Amino acid sequence: MNKRQLLLGNEAIALGLIENGCAVATSYPGTPASEILASVASFQEKNAISMHTQWAVNEKVAFEIAYAGCMTGLRAAVSMKQVGLNVASDPLMSAAYMGTKGGFLVISADDPGPHSSQTEQDSRLMAMMAKIPVLDPDSPGQAKEMITLAYNLSEKFKIPVMIRPTTRVCHARQDIQPGEIVSHETQAEFEKNPARWAATPKFRYQLHNELEKKLAEISAHKETAPSQLSVVSGQLQPGQTTKAIVVSGVAAAHTKDIMKDLDLWDAVSLYQVLQPYPLHTEFISHLINTYDEILIIEETVGVIEMQIADRHRVRGKLDGSVPKTGELLPENIQEIIAEFAGVQSETASLPSVPGRRPTLCAGCPHRASFFAIKKAAKKGIYTSDIGCYTLGLNLGAVDTVLCMGAAISQAAGFYHAYKHQEKRPDIVATIGDSTFFHAGVPALIDAVVQDVRFVLVILDNRTTAMTGSQPTPATGAGACGEPLVSVDIAPLVQGCGVKFCRECDPYKTDELISLLKEAVAYSREHGPAVVIAKHPCLLDRTLRGEQHQPVKIEVTDTCDGCGYCVKHFECPALVPDEAEERVNIDAILCSGCGVCVQVCPKESLSIVSGQ
Amino acid sequence: MKQQIIISGVGGQGVLFVTRLLAEAAILRGLPVFTSETHGMAQRGGTVVSHLKVGEFSSPLIRPSCADGLLALKAENVSLHGAYLNTGAWAVVNSSEPVSGLSDCSGVFTADADTYAQEIGTPKSVNLVLLGFALARIPKENLFCTTDDVRSVMKNRLANRKDMLDASVKALETGHNK
Ligand code: SF4
Ligand code: SF4
Repeated sequence: MNKRQLLLGNEAIALGLIENGCAVATSYPGTPASEILASVASFQEKNAISMHTQWAVNEKVAFEIAYAGCMTGLRAAVSMKQVGLNVASDPLMSAAYMGTKGGFLVISADDPGPHSSQTEQDSRLMAMMAKIPVLDPDSPGQAKEMITLAYNLSEKFKIPVMIRPTTRVCHARQDIQPGEIVSHETQAEFEKNPARWAATPKFRYQLHNELEKKLAEISAHKETAPSQLSVVSGQLQPGQTTKAIVVSGVAAAHTKDIMKDLDLWDAVSLYQVLQPYPLHTEFISHLINTYDEILIIEETVGVIEMQIADRHRVRGKLDGSVPKTGELLPENIQEIIAEFAGVQSETASLPSVPGRRPTLCAGCPHRASFFAIKKAAKKGIYTSDIGCYTLGLNLGAVDTVLCMGAAISQAAGFYHAYKHQEKRPDIVATIGDSTFFHAGVPALIDAVVQDVRFVLVILDNRTTAMTGSQPTPATGAGACGEPLVSVDIAPLVQGCGVKFCRECDPYKTDELISLLKEAVAYSREHGPAVVIAKHPCLLDRTLRGEQHQPVKIEVTDTCDGCGYCVKHFECPALVPDEAEERVNIDAILCSGCGVCVQVCPKESLSIVSGQ
Repeated sequence: MKQQIIISGVGGQGVLFVTRLLAEAAILRGLPVFTSETHGMAQRGGTVVSHLKVGEFSSPLIRPSCADGLLALKAENVSLHGAYLNTGAWAVVNSSEPVSGLSDCSGVFTADADTYAQEIGTPKSVNLVLLGFALARIPKENLFCTTDDVRSVMKNRLANRKDMLDASVKALETGHNK
């Protein structure tokens, strides 16, 4: 018999997919969703399941692969973080019209806070825009149960279904009872029907009408209807108003504990919405017919709230009772509920002191690349992108970060903006290998065509580091570690039409500086120059064999504690000792990369010989 | 039985691993458990904090002034996360000096886990040294599990990696015996 297991929310979602016979699972990594596909792959291996599991080059491609899988009658799922859904929004909008054959789930993980994202956007609004139903789990356990609900919903109405967990579901762990793995259709069978799968605008109109019909029925679908958690007992006092609280997602989990702690369980009715869109029609009428005041607590936008038309009874985001930005922490919710219910409650809050800022690992090859870039293009404009290397911010080597791939297009934009001016700044863009594949390639082609004078440094650490070392198209291995074909970056860059494309190991920092100077000079006259700074990430275990041999560094007596290395290089293993007027090496942190030796202007750091 | 514990440190120190060991110790004891963890950018040397809740809870997060204990792998985090503690809570801090700002606690225990971990030749096992120390110091009635529970969890988790298991158990015991 299976025992209760400690599962991360994302593992629970993955187990839900496996138990429900998902046959095609795709993703592009992004916090807080990354562990979903990795866990699907590990459950797949453990149970020897024949299915297709893959990291795709980006979320749009991931979506389209999984969607085609469901068109053949198989159960499929695509997972991503909320901004990834922006990338996949094109196929999403159309897939909603065309519908599905096998069950199809779009798992889009939101990040209120935000903890590790560019925006706090609410994927449920995307579901609303696409006109597909969305389920909002409150815990790892519920997220797993919702996979079953969602597949049934999807197959009953032939519609893609979104599941929207948030960080506090994805990255919570809970003891969960694993279930049975149920076998489902594994024979792909695509029935041609161009009127639907390749519908022209005229038929799209019909499909849109069908979609509206489906939505009307889904808003009466019993299995996903809101549940009433607490019922008010006893008679109302004269003059007392009837009150209800409506919650969904992790706000529901917080609220359940808080209502008990405040002794409100029998005093205020509590409802949990499982399917925020479309909100069940009967539920809306029930609320309006029963209560004078309704408080709605949800993250991040008032999606439930805006579907309840009778505005003067509703308390929530729109009237300012619930904050519109930031994560809804339980201490905030406690205050909101106490105020709504008219009870006293003491809530403490944490001091708003900033914690320690994140920094690139000691020995991270990116740090060496940024140092070299600043040497080679002193007053340049530095556009950058999404990944560990965003932390080049700390080194003053990152001026812009917009979204995946924008380093290159923004570099182009800056060039065009300045090009008629007499003095043009040098422009150096940095992008990671995985991000380059994801969204950099079209932008680079455009830059070549438009003759953009800039240097692109591809920070090739051979992995998707920030999200936990997922493979890239250059890795030559898949989600389960299976061997795959690899695509090399240099020929791809050359194929985009770039004439200057050179490679260098950033640990050879002096060489990289000269190469970058050459590239900058070239770019001023001739158009885009690309430098591939190639060195494996220290944290990717599969790349251990490619790592360089660690060296031991000593600080010589000529070090006078000037702090140059600390300020301009910021390796966490270099620790200033102000009293002694020197720096020390933190032996626990130092990875022995040896780059600091090339950084110190006084040659006070040196490699201990005999190493 | 209900217990709420904050585990705090900086990315790379192994806060997640300690959280996991304790959560699995709760399962071993047949107790329901919830954790909430920091992933992503902050794991690169930034402040990270785990919430561990043992017993019947719905929410994965601990409210300020509600935690029964704090395990701080970095002494500087006491000023950030001390406010999670309720009056009478315990705190175990990795520090070579006494720490201030925890006057409402019933017991504050400090250990120089960095040095102890270095002494046994596994400088990265600070997390386990401090955990072992905590398990030995916190009065039984204030902690849902014992050193033996954690040792069993380690044996399950690292069954196939004998060398890692031995090093981990050694670190745990080093902390325990300080
Ligand atoms: S995980 Fe890899 S890429 Fe990220 S900071 Fe560390 S060494 Fe650099
Ligand atoms: S060798 Fe120098 S730069 Fe590299 S990790 Fe150690 S201290 Fe940092």
